[in-house]
This record gives sequence, structure tokens and C-alpha cells, in this order.
Amino acid sequence: MKKFVFSRVLQAVPTLWVIATLTFFMTRYAPGGPFDTEKAIPQEIKVKLESHFGLDRPLFDQYLLYLKNLLRGDLGPSFKYPGWEVSELIATAFPVSLTLGVLSLSIALLIGIPAGIIAALRKNTWLDYLPMSLSMAGICLPTFVLGPLLIYIFSTQLGLFPPLGWYGPADWVLPSFTLGLFYAAYVARLTRAGMLETLQQDYVRTARAKGANPWQVVTRHALRGGLLPVVTYLGPAFAGLISGSFIIESIFFIPGLGKFFVTAAFNRDYTMVLGTVLFYAALIILLNLLVDLLQAWLDPKARQAQ
Amino acid sequence: MSVEKSSSLGRDAWLRLRANRMAMISLFILIGITTVSFIGPLISPYAYDQQNLDRVFEGPGKDHIFGTDNLGRDLFARTTYGGRISLAVGLLATLVSLVIGVSYGMFSGYTGGRVDAWMMRAVDVLYALPFTIFVILLMVMFGRNFLLLFLAIGAVEWLTMARITRAQTMNLKRSEFVEAARALGYSHGRILFRHILPNLIGPIIIYATLTVPAVMLLEAVLSFLGLGVQAPMSSWGSLIKEGAEKMDAAPWLLFFPGMFFCLSLFALNFLGDGLRDALDPKSSKD
Amino acid sequence: MPSIQNPPKIKTMGNLDIQNLKVSFHTREGIVHAVDGVDLSIKPGEIIGLVGESGSGKSVTCNSILQLLPTPPARIEAGKIEWSGKDLLRQHDEKIRGIRGKEISMIFQDPMSCLNPYLSVLDQVAEPLVIHGMASPKDARKQACEMLARVGVQRVVDHPHAYPHEFSGGMRQRAMIAMALVTQPSLLLADEPTTALDVTVQAKVLNILKELCTDLGVSVLFVSHDLGLVAELADRVVVMYRGKVVEQNDTRSIFSNPQHSYVKALIACRPTLESNPVRLPTVDDFMNPKTGKGQALKKLESPSLNLDSQETLLEVQDLVVEFPTEDGPVRAVDGASLIIRKGSTHGLVGESGSGKTTLGRSILQLTKANSGKILYQGNTISLENIQDRTRFRKSMQIIFQDPYASLNPRLTVEQALLEPMKVHGLGKSRKDRIDRVVKLLEEVGLGEEYLHRYPHEFSGGQRQRICVARALTTEPEFIVCDECVSAMDVSVQAQVLNLLRSLQTSRNLTYLFISHDLGVVKFMSDEISVMQNGKIVENGLAEDLYRNPKSSYTHKLIDSIPLANRSSDFRL
Repeated sequence: MKKFVFSRVLQAVPTLWVIATLTFFMTRYAPGGPFDTEKAIPQEIKVKLESHFGLDRPLFDQYLLYLKNLLRGDLGPSFKYPGWEVSELIATAFPVSLTLGVLSLSIALLIGIPAGIIAALRKNTWLDYLPMSLSMAGICLPTFVLGPLLIYIFSTQLGLFPPLGWYGPADWVLPSFTLGLFYAAYVARLTRAGMLETLQQDYVRTARAKGANPWQVVTRHALRGGLLPVVTYLGPAFAGLISGSFIIESIFFIPGLGKFFVTAAFNRDYTMVLGTVLFYAALIILLNLLVDLLQAWLDPKARQAQ
Repeated sequence: MSVEKSSSLGRDAWLRLRANRMAMISLFILIGITTVSFIGPLISPYAYDQQNLDRVFEGPGKDHIFGTDNLGRDLFARTTYGGRISLAVGLLATLVSLVIGVSYGMFSGYTGGRVDAWMMRAVDVLYALPFTIFVILLMVMFGRNFLLLFLAIGAVEWLTMARITRAQTMNLKRSEFVEAARALGYSHGRILFRHILPNLIGPIIIYATLTVPAVMLLEAVLSFLGLGVQAPMSSWGSLIKEGAEKMDAAPWLLFFPGMFFCLSLFALNFLGDGLRDALDPKSSKD
Repeated sequence: MPSIQNPPKIKTMGNLDIQNLKVSFHTREGIVHAVDGVDLSIKPGEIIGLVGESGSGKSVTCNSILQLLPTPPARIEAGKIEWSGKDLLRQHDEKIRGIRGKEISMIFQDPMSCLNPYLSVLDQVAEPLVIHGMASPKDARKQACEMLARVGVQRVVDHPHAYPHEFSGGMRQRAMIAMALVTQPSLLLADEPTTALDVTVQAKVLNILKELCTDLGVSVLFVSHDLGLVAELADRVVVMYRGKVVEQNDTRSIFSNPQHSYVKALIACRPTLESNPVRLPTVDDFMNPKTGKGQALKKLESPSLNLDSQETLLEVQDLVVEFPTEDGPVRAVDGASLIIRKGSTHGLVGESGSGKTTLGRSILQLTKANSGKILYQGNTISLENIQDRTRFRKSMQIIFQDPYASLNPRLTVEQALLEPMKVHGLGKSRKDRIDRVVKLLEEVGLGEEYLHRYPHEFSGGQRQRICVARALTTEPEFIVCDECVSAMDVSVQAQVLNLLRSLQTSRNLTYLFISHDLGVVKFMSDEISVMQNGKIVENGLAEDLYRNPKSSYTHKLIDSIPLANRSSDFRL
């Protein structure tokens, strides 16, 4: 087990290096620099700024310098937010995105899993068609349609929740539901499919042959196998939640990491972009590892394979 | 065993699909939307970028059946034109990911051994990359190039296609009719293209049908962030963005493109599900 | 163990009475009458064997008792199943659940898929006691442990948290038996419980089953396709054919005096170890005597091939085939050597894991050997250049076990049979090739009308014939038959074996016949090699091997075969 974790951490290093290099060169080769846009800056000041940040040095030197700093854990200063280090910016913005992510995922699982189980058990009845149609609708309604819609209904018309900002728990409701419902739809379909397949398995028939009642059959025998597809989906779901957060943060004006990233990309804030990308990559790798460990815990056969 | 009419697997599958009402409805919806998107801009008296500042923010009416936007442009023309763009991006990007993914997966799965191990490791590494982030980065950095757009999106999806193809190829390679083919002395090429590929078509079609909506969604997301197609061109994604912004004043701006978009996704997903049921090999075994 | 203090219990309420059961399946393709008016009764303490081939309805009958059929496609049309004065078909779910696992237990065919992979074996065996409130969870586990030890699954005692995948097939099936008997039910339903097991393992599991059921006074309904197997175990035998019971009688009478022609056919068409016919009788011979060949009822001794006068066609020398696994390389074939003479059939018999299939595939170069030599007509086989490869692939062919997987589902019969000719440049024109294809089909007993059909439209036996035809398209000299009748019913098996035999004579073919079934191997072969753990443990002429087995493993193999399958003149 420890060997497995260790090998994954080891694999992560070259991956992150590749990402860092790709991003670095991609951002530099793109047209425009951090100080080219917006207000016209007098030429001497621009030169001074660029020299201060080391942008006048040869590209490869800048690259090596960046890697060196990276190994020390220094992500560099932000070009656009003077006085702020990139790591500080990430540290302020990430908790916001994290809260949003956790809440959305919880909603997705709390709604999706029971819906899927019920649909599987009551296949081809209205208890199946209704949740499944809703979930299909959920998949097809992108968050940037659902979001404004929910704002319109619950905020503008009913006045129940504030439409923007991130000041208190009330602000959390609409954004997390927008994101959460979308994923709830996927989770519901996966759970239903997984449960249906598991319920057909021979060992479920054995459980019935032993006299188990339906509740016992589902909880003791079918659930573990049935939820496995959902666990596998968690990996891509995390990645999706992270990229989905960009949109939500834009719609609801939440000061999360996603918004910072997009802004930084537009502003050619190199260090910010690099820092965020690396942070996200490391996060995804970590989350994938956790998902794999969870899978191993649930499936004794998978434990052996590691 | 008496059978009156010989039926190939393809024909069996088509019959099964025909019996699936939802799938058939979805198919008709898709054909309908595609047709409208194609002929819409042709029959509309207005061009999609034709501004008319006298008639901004008009609701659906006699002259403009879908209404107008903030620059007086006809929404019907823009929606149908946007349909062309969105559907084209969806199809082309899916095609790109299909070609790359299937070739990669087939080659990797069939060759096996070390080559396969390395090829799949590359896929695993790429999988860990936050691709969406990269696409966003690409679009921001290198501007709004239409070609780049669907290349980039296609590049996101090929990984899953490759994985699925590889898994299927390995399964087929182990199956006894492929071994029989080897024993009969068929060349690798013949085995790959006459025996393995035709049996891959089922899963490929299913997955492709489900990739198109995913791609369209991604394009819409990019447009929403301002990175997709640029004004005055429109895709459903960019139209929805504009509509969402002006929702209070002119809800039809969100409604019509949104409806077209969601209906297409809906239909594609149902069709994909229907295809999956129809092409299920288990049901043709006795 | 039964003793004075612990006399064997005969349950007084163990009377099962099935009356006029009718079950049908409503599928997309139409209605199938799986069970068409079956009457069956089991008295307390009796062991009943329910025998039939695929499609006979035996499994459906068995599954109906506890209402375990998938009820959307399946529908119970009529009938009564009486148990303890109640009609099981008309009870509420709750009542049925109370009976399942407590009064009537069931075990199934495939122990791998029938045990929950996510729960420990001990917990699963203890579960029936807990479900029916017969013991506390802790107590239940203790009883389960005792029962598992009794059936010989010792491992659980030291490793109570062991999971199903850590056990072998035989152990898992024993665990299932323990699970079914831990509540001491009155009736045990066993649906082909040993079909998926090796012959030696099967013998042991059956012994345990018989012993335990007799000790506990449990009556048994034992479903199987193997008449000989059932004879070892059962007091009475019920034979089913196409949804109906065609005959039922006590075991002795069924064998010594079968009444129905189907039963006569079933008994006669098994290749037994004692007999030595030229041709196996088939069901057709008995059921349609006018169209069947008359000489079926005569058992001729086949003239034995004078092997010394034949040249060697194929020779294998010290073949080693290794596979990499997580725990290091495993030798599937560990230094095997054999000699096959032209025109003969060389049998290769062994259980699962013996390496026989790997050996067959290595000879055909479908699996790469690590070391050793394979000589064909005195020359080392080389696949170096195209000519060698093509020549080799032309003369050596293989027929596989699973007729469902052996044909490309997307090709018609015509396409599948034309292709090898095209690849090897046989036939002067397309028309010529099609003529050859038609002749081949006729040779294997199929008509021209099958040309444009797809594999999924055929039965297993027909598909296997198409595979035989395909193997013959290149006009080979040597064919490896890799368990090619193992997946078939006995009646279909007889037809295919007869076909292979007659083709051998008409085309002067040489066979390597691989199977786990010693009876089938002996029928087909002139010489036999026995494999175990990758090594060939014995080699000899077919008759000699049976009469005087030299290795202890061969002894064990022969002993594990049910008596009724050893001799066709079986009298209890």
C-alpha cells in the first residue's frame, strides 16, 4: 500500500514538470506581455518594470530560474497585483473554491445516489422515469443557463437568496446548487446503471436464495458493487468541478481561484497563470490518488492488484 | 434453427433502435434541428450580422419571429447560423478525437507488450493534465482561431476514445475468431481492418454520439468565457451568454438559443443511450 | 457424524410435489415454453437426479421452486408446487423468503460469480442463520466456522476474513454447500453444482455433498446434464427433454431398462471408457430410426491403427512456455515432448491448468514458446519468410472450444469460408471457390442455404461444424482440436465427434485432440498423453492407458470418473 502511494507520488513529479514546462513556454510564446495592455505606459517605465521582473533576460534563463524557485516552493510575485506573492493569492482564493467544490459535490452525491438507487429498484415505473428525465435535463442544461435561471427564480422573483457575492452562508446556496445539480444528474445515472447491473449478478440471486429481504439484498449485497462506477467517476468529477467553478464564479461573482485564473490568463500575469495551473494539476493528481485508494478500500480484489 | 430472412447484426441493431421510441424521437429532433440550422440562414430575409439600430430588443413578432438583440440583429438568423457553427464544431471536433483516439487505441491494443505499456502511460500522464485549463489557456493566448478551437477541443476528448478503443481491441484480439484468423495465416493488416475494426464500430458510434454533446458543451463554456467564436459570428454558446446577460430585459434572447442547444444535447444523449441498447451484443446471442 | 447420540434426522416435512408446472419465457423473438407440464415429487431423505440437455427446462424447473426466475421474461403459466401443505407458487413474498435458505436451500453452478466478492466467506456462510433469526451474529459465525471445517474449508479457521477470490473453485463450491446446509434445511436444490469444476475436484465435492446430506437427512434435487454423474448420487432419476419429463425411475432401472428412446440415446451416445465404437450413436439414431443410420445400434470394435508403420508427422521436443505473472514467471508447459504419427489421432488429456491448451497453441505458433523444438515433417517450423509462414498456416489448423466466439459475427458463412481461400490463393476463380465452399458445407453436414447467414443465427453444434469447414478450406494435413466439443451437449457432441472421425478417414487427417474428458479423448485417440502441471506424466496407446495406467495421476483421473461413465453396460 505504501509502495503504491509512493510510486504515485514519484510519477507525479515528471508530470508536474511537463506541465510546468508546457505552460511556461506557451504563455511566453503567446502574443502580448503583462505590461502591454490597457493603459499606455511610458516606454521607460515599461522597460524598468520588465527588468525588475527579469523579463528582459533570455527565455531559457528565465525558465531555469523559475524551476529553481519552484523547487524552493516559491511561485513568484504576481505581475498584476503588486505586493502580492502568487502563493498568497492562491492561499486566499482557494478556500473559497474549495468550499464551493465540497458543497457542490455533497449535493451531487446526496441527491444523485438515492435517486439512482430508487430508480434502479423501481425500474420502468414513474419512480424511474421521473428522476431519470430530470437527470437527463440536468445534463443538458449547462451551468451558465441553469445559474441565471436559478438567480431569476429564487433571487429576483422570490427574493430568497442573494444573487452575488460570497459573504455568508446564504451566498453559498445558489452557486452550490447550480454546480451540484449538474453533477447530481450524472451521479444518478451512474448509480442507476451500476445498481441495475449489480442486481443482475449471480451473487445477488444467491442472497435472495438465502431468504434475504429486499432491503438486505440492496444494502448488504448490491450497494457496494453498484456504487463502484460512481467512485470511478469521482476522479473526472473532481476535475470537472474545478473547471466548472470558473463559470460559476463568473456568474455569481465569487472571488475563487477559477476567476483569478481566467483573469490572470487575460492579463498575461505569467507567474499567476503558472502557479494556478501547477496548483490545479497537483490537486487533481492528489484527488485521483485518493479516489484510487477509496476504490481499493471498497473492492477487495483491487487491493490485491496493488 | 429456422430463420426465414437472414439478418446481419447491423440490421438487427437498426430494428432494435427503431423500436425505441425515445431514440427515434431524438433522431427526428436532431434531423429537424440540423435541417433548420442549415436552411435557416438561407431562407431568412436577414443576414445574421445585419444590424438595425431602429429595432433593438424587440420581442418575437411578425418580422422577427425570434425577436432581435441589442444591435437589432434578427435572432432567428443568428440562432440558426449559430446552430451551424455549434453543430459543425461538435461534429468536427468529435471526428478529430475519433480519428486520433481510435488509431492510437487500436494500434496500442493490438501491438500489446512494451509499446502498449508506454503508449498507455503517456495517456495516463495526459489524463492527469487539467486539459480544460489548457484549452482555456490556449484560447486566451493564441486568440480566437476557429480551426484552433475545434482542434483543441478534439484533443481533449481523444484520450477517452483511445482508452475505450484499446480495451475493446485487446478483448477482440483475445477472442477466438481473431486467433482463428491468425491460424489461417491472415496478415495483421487484414485482421485489423476486416476483423477487429468492424467489431469496434459499435462502441465507437455510441461513444461518438455521446462525445458530440460533450464537445458542444465545452465550446459553449469557452464562448461563455469570451473565448469561443467572436462577434459578429455566433454560436449557441455565445448567444446564450448574451442572452443570460440580458435576461431581465429580453428573455427571448436566452430562450431560443438555449432551447435549441438543450434540445440538441438532450436528443444526442438519448440517441446515444438508444444506440447503446440497440448495439448491445448480448442480446443477439441465443 | 451420525451415531447413537446423534442419529441422522429424517425430516418429516420434506415432501415436495410439483404438479403440471408450466413456465414460459416472453422474449423479443417470441414465446418459449421452457417447462411444459412437469410432474415431479421428492420424498424426505431422497436424492433425485434431474437430467437433461440444454433447453430441456431442468434449470427452469429447479429455479421455479424458490421463485428465483427473472419474472419479466419468465412467467409461470400453470401448475402447483406443494411443500408442507402449501402451494409455493401462490404464497406471499414474505412466506417464500421465510422458506428460502431455511427449509429449502439452493446452490448454483458457478462458485466464482455466486459468492459476493465484497464480503468475507465466513460472513456469507453465517448469513442464513442471521437472516432467519436462528442465531446471533457471533454465534452464527461460530456455527458457520464449524460447518466450513466439516466440508473441508480449513483456511477459514485461520483466516476468518478471507474473501472468495482467495479460494479455488472447489473450495468455493464447498463453502456454498456449507452456506446452504448451515441452517439444516429439509431440501437442497443443486443446480449443476459441479459442472464448472475439474473432474478430480468434482468427485471430492460430490462425496462431501452426498455424505453431508445423508448425515443431516436432507433430500436433494440434483440437476445435471451428466447422466453418469447423477447415477453416482441419486436414488431416482428424472429425465427431461424439451420441457417435458420423458421418463422417471429409480437409477438402476433407468440404466438397465430405459423405456423412452431419448433416454436410450442419452445412455448410448456417451463415449465411455470401456467401449470402443467406430461411431458414436446419436440422438437422431434413436429418435428417428428411419432416417438415422442403422448401424448405430451395433457397436463395432474399431480397427486399431498400426502406429509403428506410420511416419512421424509432428514431433515436440522439451517444449517450455512461460507466462509472466505478478509473482514471477509461471511455466504453463514445462518440458513436454510428444510424437504424433501421420493419419493418427493423438489425445492430450488434463485438467484446468495442466497446460494442454497452451501446448496445442504453441504447436500452431499462436503462443510463443520459450525453448524447445517443434518439428513438422522433420523440419523445424519457421515463420521467417512469407512462403514458410503461408505454407505452414496452410497445413496446420485449429478448432477452438467456444463456437460462439470462434466466428466473426460480422461475416456471413460464405465470406468466412471464402477468405482463407483468397489468402492462400486456392481456387481458380470466384465461382470455383464458391463451389468448393458449397462442397465443404455438404461435407460437414450443412446445406447450401446456409451460405448467406450470419453466425448468430445458428446453434452451437452448427457453428462448430462451420468452424470445421473453415479449418478444412486450406486443405490441411494436421488439425488441433482444442476442447472443441467441451461446450456441447452430449448428443451434439456425438455428432461432431462422428464428423471429425469420418473426415479423418476421408481426408487422411492427423489430429491432436485436446480435452479434459478422458472418455471423449479415448474414443477419438489412438495414442494418449496425460498432462499435469505443465508436464506429460504418461504416454501410451489409448487402450493400454486405460487398462494399465502407470502414473498415479492417471489412476486418480480414471477413478474420479463416475462409474456409469466408465462402462456403457453399467449395472448398479
